[in-house]
Amino acid sequence: MADISFLMLIFFLMVSTMDPETGLSRRLPPMPADNAQVEDLKVNRRNMLDVKINSRNGVMAGGKVILSDADLEEIVIEFLTNPSDRTDLPSKTVKYIEAWGREWPVSDGVISLQNDRQSSYSKYVEIQNILVRAINKVRDDFSIAHFGNVYNELNAEEQEIVREAVPNRVSEAEPLDVTKQ
Amino acid sequence: MAKFIRKGDKGTPGINTASLPDIVFMILMFFMVSTSMRQTDRMVNVRLPEASEVIRLERKDLSSYIFIGTPSLQYQKEYGTDSRIQLNDSFRTVKDISDFVAAEREALSEADRELMTISLKIDENTRMGIVTDVKQELRRCSALKIMYAARKTVTH
Repeated sequence: MADISFLMLIFFLMVSTMDPETGLSRRLPPMPADNAQVEDLKVNRRNMLDVKINSRNGVMAGGKVILSDADLEEIVIEFLTNPSDRTDLPSKTVKYIEAWGREWPVSDGVISLQNDRQSSYSKYVEIQNILVRAINKVRDDFSIAHFGNVYNELNAEEQEIVREAVPNRVSEAEPLDVTKQ
Repeated sequence: MAKFIRKGDKGTPGINTASLPDIVFMILMFFMVSTSMRQTDRMVNVRLPEASEVIRLERKDLSSYIFIGTPSLQYQKEYGTDSRIQLNDSFRTVKDISDFVAAEREALSEADRELMTISLKIDENTRMGIVTDVKQELRRCSALKIMYAARKTVTH
């Protein structure tokens, strides 16, 4: 008995891959139909934050060159929250959140991430990660202010409310040659 | 007439191994539950990038994998060192992705098809060009749920 178990144990030890599958989850925008007119999405200038990565992995956000991760995070957080209601930052639409039974001004901001064909994948993931981190921070702040705990500790229903109040709007833009512009 | 043989100078008694099967069995159970078998041979070198905000893939059975990276040593003679796409067990091009996605989708039950996730296992040194092509192709065959596979940053 012990011998057989031992053999099986060795077998599973050999074939197992222990690495848990982790990653950054994203949703691609659906492909526009060929015959459909490419509609110029009338997204207001103020509601759009362009994050660009060029061929030498330089990063630019909202027209400013980004030198450190913290800078980008700060810009994104300010963009998403617009705490002092500045007119050059995203507008907010008051939306009734049904599960919560309250109204909340939801930001209209969209973050558009563009990259060059020559930029490296690691930089791209790094930037994606910073965007997610910034959104998570805003969600955490919201959760603590209204539910008294960080987002991950809330129950599913509360998380749903937080997700509705602080949506994750990162658009994977159509590929562009960022460097040539 | 030595009736009393002195015990004790024969060394320490052996450990009782009666519970060994149970212990081994328990470890076996642990490994059986925690493992996922590797289904395909990796033909490209993939070192995943690091990220701190990673989340777990919820349903492994609903995910399909696309590997992108430089061919491993034994294939470099044939395929060079430029980044290549591996689907299932062979090198493919961007054009084959739609067939791959269709086949993977076919393999799932009707209810699960919406939840299919494409896990992109891409080497960190890959250029974005090929990644963009793959993403565009995925959009074209409306496999929109994707996951950029990444390792969790250990210290942060």
